[in-house]
Amino acid sequence: MGYAAGTLPEAFSLVVATHISMCDTCRAALAEYDAVGGEIMLDVDPTEMAEDALAATMALINGTSEDPPEKPVQRTGGIFPSPLRDYVNGDIDEVKWRRVGGGVSQMILPTSKDASVRLLRIPAGMAVPDHGHRGTELTLVLQGAFVDETDRFGAGDVEVADEDLHHTPVAEEGMDCICLAATDAPLRFNGLLPRIAQRFVGI
Amino acid sequence: MHVCDPITIRVRNNTMLREISALSKADAVPLPHVYKDVEVMMHRIAGAEEVKTEQLAKRMAWVTQVSAVRDSKDKAAFAELFAYFAPRVKSFLMKSGAGPDLAEECTQEVMATLWNKAHMFDPTKASVSTWIFTIARNRKIDLLRKQRRPEPEDLPWGPEPEPDQAEALELQQETEQLGDALATLPPEQRKLIEKAYFGDLSHSEIAAETGLPLGTIKSRIRLALERLRHVMK
Repeated sequence: MGYAAGTLPEAFSLVVATHISMCDTCRAALAEYDAVGGEIMLDVDPTEMAEDALAATMALINGTSEDPPEKPVQRTGGIFPSPLRDYVNGDIDEVKWRRVGGGVSQMILPTSKDASVRLLRIPAGMAVPDHGHRGTELTLVLQGAFVDETDRFGAGDVEVADEDLHHTPVAEEGMDCICLAATDAPLRFNGLLPRIAQRFVGI
Repeated sequence: MHVCDPITIRVRNNTMLREISALSKADAVPLPHVYKDVEVMMHRIAGAEEVKTEQLAKRMAWVTQVSAVRDSKDKAAFAELFAYFAPRVKSFLMKSGAGPDLAEECTQEVMATLWNKAHMFDPTKASVSTWIFTIARNRKIDLLRKQRRPEPEDLPWGPEPEPDQAEALELQQETEQLGDALATLPPEQRKLIEKAYFGDLSHSEIAAETGLPLGTIKSRIRLALERLRHVMK
């Protein structure tokens, strides 16, 4: 709903847009939320436009050269849906992984400062150290799967974590787990070593 | 927790779940006076059914107007769309925090986009009001928040070249029902939904403004949306 209303930080919007590209149920839900927004907009008390507004708009239209018809954004194989590819500048082969310790690698994607989003690669069978959350964390699985104390998350699934969740996600055997994770506050690791490492990797 | 469930954003926290379920129980008693008022009102409006048909006709007229803009660059049709939608888009932008001048400028851009992108409109996928809302919202993100907005990729089959009339009518009808359902929501719930869209407030900011705790707000918004769904069925 926040995505439909346009009130989410860019980092979260990227996770939502990527997820919707993979999930038809949520695509349908977004259409509903957009429709609610449209009806709410219809129902407000109108505010009068400037006297010459229509003429000014026509001038604006004449001033812009006609847009070339936009190419529909479409899937071209690969693992990353197109909204994510726009941020990585390509598919998984273009990701510039940096090791963050414990075999886990990441790439932080450029978004507005109010939240951050990163790609994470957890080697098959490895765990991310036990941690809690200071804010909200949205994690979308793109490849492989991870399991934590509460559930299993496979490709296309999103986990929503908040202040009350402490968990140790473990990548399933067989395939590296690749996730897209957005947070609006730093994680809270319970171990000392990860806490020290945290200062250097900015998670 | 998986979020694929479209309405419920389940929260993985026992206290909050308890709070939500307590609230749903309290709310299960349908606020009778509200419904009664609405019922009385509906009966008072002579020929309420006729009014409905009229509104649906208006919706279909918007679709025709957008098609006229697309196919024959029809300025008169555009002027009609402008007269109806521009003042509403302006209000939406002002409620989202734009000053009157910025809102005016931005509304003109939104309406210009409507002209330039009329070929992108598909009446079997969205109502004209929904479509204009999404254009206005995206412009708001560009302009007011100065952020990029990542968009989901399109479905592989893309827009249909010749939209089916019956399908279009059905979708416009559904949107009309949604509008009606919104109008009959208990005022408190409706207000929260409005705030979420217009006030540009996050759940926690709404909490700060209304003094309601976060769990209550989430569950109220959820209840309101569930009620909407129920009415739509």
